[in-house]
This record gives sequence, structure tokens and C-alpha cells, in this order.
Amino acid sequence: MATLLELTQVSIEFKTPKGTFKALDNVNLKIAEGEFVSLIGHSGCGKSTVLNIVAGLLHATTGGVVLDGREVNEPGPERAVVFQNHSLLPWLTAYQNVELAVKEVARGKKSRAEMKAWIEHNLELVHMSHAMHKRPSEISGGMKQRVGIARALAMEPKVLLMDEPFGALDALTRAHLQDSLMEIQRDLNNTVIMITHDVDEAVLLSDRIVMMTNGPSATVGEILDIDLPRPRNRLQLADDAHYNHLRHEVLRFLYEKQRKVDDFPAAGGGAKSATTVAEPVDAQPNVVDIKSHELKNREVA
Amino acid sequence: MVISTTSSRFAQMRELKLGTIASNLLRDLGLPLLGIAIFLLVWQGAASQVHTSLGQFPGPAQVLVQAKGLYAEYREDQEREAAFYVRQNKRNADRLAEDPKFVADAIRPYTGKPTFFKQIGTSLKTVFTGFLLASLIAIPVGIAIGLSGNLYSAINPLIQLFKPISPLAWLPLVTIVVSALYATEDGGVPKSYITSSITVMMCSLWPTLLNTAVGVTSVSSDLVNVSRVLRLNWLRHVRSIVLPASVPMIFTGLRLSLSTAWMVLIAAEMLAQNPGLGKFVWDEFQNGSSDSLGRIMVAVLTIGFIGYVLDRCMLQCQRWVSWDKQAVQR
Ligand SMILES: Nc1ncnc2c1ncn2[C@@H]1O[C@H](COP(=O)(O)OP(=O)(O)OP(=O)(O)O)[C@@H](O)[C@H]1O
Ligand SMILES: [Mg+2]
Repeated sequence: MATLLELTQVSIEFKTPKGTFKALDNVNLKIAEGEFVSLIGHSGCGKSTVLNIVAGLLHATTGGVVLDGREVNEPGPERAVVFQNHSLLPWLTAYQNVELAVKEVARGKKSRAEMKAWIEHNLELVHMSHAMHKRPSEISGGMKQRVGIARALAMEPKVLLMDEPFGALDALTRAHLQDSLMEIQRDLNNTVIMITHDVDEAVLLSDRIVMMTNGPSATVGEILDIDLPRPRNRLQLADDAHYNHLRHEVLRFLYEKQRKVDDFPAAGGGAKSATTVAEPVDAQPNVVDIKSHELKNREVA
Repeated sequence: MVISTTSSRFAQMRELKLGTIASNLLRDLGLPLLGIAIFLLVWQGAASQVHTSLGQFPGPAQVLVQAKGLYAEYREDQEREAAFYVRQNKRNADRLAEDPKFVADAIRPYTGKPTFFKQIGTSLKTVFTGFLLASLIAIPVGIAIGLSGNLYSAINPLIQLFKPISPLAWLPLVTIVVSALYATEDGGVPKSYITSSITVMMCSLWPTLLNTAVGVTSVSSDLVNVSRVLRLNWLRHVRSIVLPASVPMIFTGLRLSLSTAWMVLIAAEMLAQNPGLGKFVWDEFQNGSSDSLGRIMVAVLTIGFIGYVLDRCMLQCQRWVSWDKQAVQR
């Protein structure tokens, strides 16, 4: 498959009162058309920064991003962003929020009637037709996030960028939205970069998982191919050995190789359970399948 | 046993509910009335102790008498005005009956001494003119300095310098400048009206200006990012993101501005001799009849009441236009 998006030797430094802070160092990544890539890593490592550089909202200090043969240097609708906290305009209804984007992107390309149909179609995709004339304050968090996704999809982006789109939602709502997203992805086959903290989410949705090292000077640590067949079903996968192996690979990267020392102090009651997550794996790699359930429980908690 | 406890629980709950209704009624109606009653008593008591050159300070009862007097004057004036026009029309009709070729004289307007209610009307007109001018300047400038940090740095010292200036300081300057620039012919807008409006504008500008600027600078960066991703041009960015996002703050500012405007107006009218409530108070003060103190008290209470009504109206507007219901304070 042809490479659609390429990050080459991207580094970024922030000016802070205490001097410059190098958040990213030499990030290289190639993403093919139609690929769904997850970005995972500990909090504060620089995931949002990578996404914002691709979006054009931040500028890399060195290196650059090329999309479809053209260098990215400003934000634009061909790189639509789904923000973590929905970012809907609170004074507009769901429909009007999508309309704002469609009017801007399809100006002069679609007739008024076509625009209306297109807005409604996108709200339909995310199952929001029933509440499209409600304002953000009148709908639930999950619904707001659906509208945010509809708005981004309606821009017909070359790459869809999602910064922890489901991070603020409860587990059940999140599962619903993940299923919706897989459905949409099956139909539209968008190129997607999604940031997540949730290992299950990453494995379930992605074609590849990009695991980032801890900052400062964070970079791509490992890339894991998720070669599970689609369509994927979360219930069937729960007992799938390969799925659990992949999950475990991600967990091992996060909690063993990139363990955040300050998160798990050596002594103390609360820290003990956290350290035991990694230890048995270390000692006996072949008990992974048994332990994975335990790991999963901890992940939820 | 169980039934008896539950039924007693219900009884308890009902009692509780009745109790809360009663206590709410007491708080929302009883206490304000009590407050007003105590105020009137204290006023009456204090007034009887104050002896002035114009006689005893008026208590509530005398003020009520004066209020009725002012109303009677107004009715009388209205009747006189109606009679004046009837007379003119009759005269024209008579002449027309005598001589069919007669071209009727233009009806002359009635020019009586302005009554208290006419003066209220003048005051309201003046305050709205000043307030409107202030808003027309403050909102665009507020948006501009909210959007541009450099502009803000440039203008902020000026704002801080001009904000605390009292209307009394502006008025002489404004009067002289208006006199120089605006030669009033008969029938034009009176100078005193322009002077008062401009003074009101200069003093009521600042709350709207500052609140608009704060509203614009505090537009959430996420919404700004949405605008950037959509590549909204400057005008559309202001119109569809910045302006609606700062509407709650703009209205908070407008509300403050209107109450400032109303406060400033009375002083401006006194000095500029604009025929509104301020001039009424001033004239009564100069007049110094035994009724004057009572009539001034009527004006003072009217000023307070109108100020209150204006504020409530602004609050209602704010409720209508604000998407952020929490930003609307009491
Ligand atoms: N504008 C900025 N100025 C200074 N430092 C910044 C700025 N933006 C981000 N950083 C720093 O860069 C690092 C990466 O931040 P980033 O927001 O990308 O992390 P993240 O991986 O998205 O974290 P999270 O998972 O908590 O969202 C952090 O240490 C952060 O403090
Ligand atoms: Mg982030």
C-alpha cells in the first residue's frame, strides 16, 4: 500500500520559563492509505504533541510531515481532528455544528440541498439522527463525542486525527462508540491516527499500534502489527489467544520497558499491586495467557 | 407496625413539605415586606428629627402627597395640551366653513413646562443614546483588543487612565467642545441632550469594553483550534466563534454599563441642564419651596426604581441571548 502520511525526523522543543523542553526527538512514522494507527504511551510522553504536529496546530522544530506528497505547515480540514473534550460550539445544535464544518469545506462544491443531505448522512453514520437538533448541553458525553466524529467525517479528511476520543467516557459508552467506529471504518476505510490510553481499545481497533517511549525526548519505541482478521468482535476476541498475546505485548511495553518510575514508588501499599503486574511476566513468560485476565482486570480498574 | 411507621413517615414528610413552603413564603415575601416596613418606620422617625431651612424633612406620607401632586400636574398638563389642539383644530375648521378656499395654518406644537413624566422620558432617551453610543464603540474595540495582545498592551494604559474619571470632570470639556462644533438652529437636537449623552457614553464605556475583551481572550483554545482546522477566515472566525463565545461576558459588561450610565446621567443632566430627572432635582433645589424636599425625594425614589427596572430588563436580555446559563448572575 502506498504511503499517505510520513513523519520524518520530527523533533519539537517548547520554550518554558526553565529553558527549552525537548518533548519529541526524532519521530519517524509512515502511514499507508486506509490504515488505522493507534498511538499509545504514558501520560505526558508527547502523543498529543505528535497529533498536533500532524494537524498543523504545532510546528516541528526540526523535521516535518508530508501528506500525500505535500508538506504540512498549517491546519486544514483534510486533517480533521476529533478533540478529546468534543469541542463542539455550545451555542449550536449538533446539526449546526456539523453544518459549520460542511459549509466551510464544501463551499461552492455542493448545493444547499446536497449539503443538508451530507450533514444528515454523517449524523446518521454516528447514530445521532434522533438528537441532531439538540445542543451539546442537552446530550450526553458519548453523544457529544459522536457529533464530534460526525463533524470530522463530514470534512472528508485524508487523515482523521483523534486525540483520546473516548477517554472521558464510561466503559460501556466507550464500547458502543468503538463498535460504531469499527462499523464506519469498514464502510469508509479512512486513514486514522488515534491516541488512546486503553490497551483493549488499541488492539481492537488498530491495524498497527505505535508505542511511544517516555518523555522528555520521547520517540517511537516499538510498532506492533495487529494482524487480527476483520470484522472483529470484542466478545470472541476475549478468548482469542493471539488477541491476548498482542494485548500482552502492548502491556509489556508500557509497564515493563517504559515503566514510569515515579508512578510506582518502590515501597507503599498502593504501589505493590502495580509492581506485581509486571513481575510474573518477567519471571515466567509462558504464563501470559493465564495472567492476561488478571492484567485485564487491572486495566479496567 | 411497618404500616404505622410508614404512615407516620408520610405525615412527617408532609409536615416537612408544608414547613418548607411556609418558610419559603416567609423568605420570599414576608422578609422583604418586613424590611420595607422597618425602613419606612426608620425614615419617618429620622425625618421628624431633621429640621431644615425648608421646614421639616419629608417622611413617607409627605412624599406620597408630593407624588400625587406631580401626577395631578401631569394630568392637568395633558388636558391643557389636548384642549390646545382642539382649539386650533376648531379655529381652522371655522375658518374653512367661512371661506372654502382657506388653506389651514400648520398646527402649532404645544409648548408647556415639562412635567415630571416628560422629564422621565427625556432622561430615558438620553441614557439610551449614551448607552448605545458606548456599546457601539466598546464592543468592537473590546473584540479588537481581546484578539490582539499587542493592541491590548497599547490601549490598556489609556483605559486604566480614563476609566476612573468622573462625569463631572468630563462635562465642562464636552459642553465647550459641543458648543464649538455644533451650532444649534431652532428645531434641532438640543445641545444639552448631546452633551449629556456624550458624557454618559464616556463614563459607561468601560465595563463593556473590559468585559468584552476578557470574554474574547477567554474563548476556549479548543474552539480556536476548531476554527483553525476549518481554516475559517478572520471575519468568519470572529462571527461564528469569537462573538457567540463571548456573548455572555459582553452582556455582563452591558449590564454594568447601563447601570453606570443611569448613575452618571443624573449628574450630567444637573450640570448640562438637560430637561430630565437631573434637572428636575436641580430646579427643585434652586426653587426652595416647602414642597421641594418632598418632590426631590419622589425623584430620588423614581431614579432608584427606574435603575432597578433597567437592570432587570438587561438581565432578561442576557438570559435570552446567553447560551451559557451559568454565566448569568443575579
Ligand atoms: N505548549 C507547551 N509548552 C510547554 N510544554 C509543553 C507544551 N505542550 C506540551 N508540553 C509538554 O510536552 C510533553 C508532552 O505533552 P503531550 O500533551 O503531548 O502529552 P500526551 O502524551 O498527550 O499526554 P496525555 O496522555 O496526558 O494527554 C509534556 O511533558 C508537556 O508538559
Ligand atoms: Mg494528550
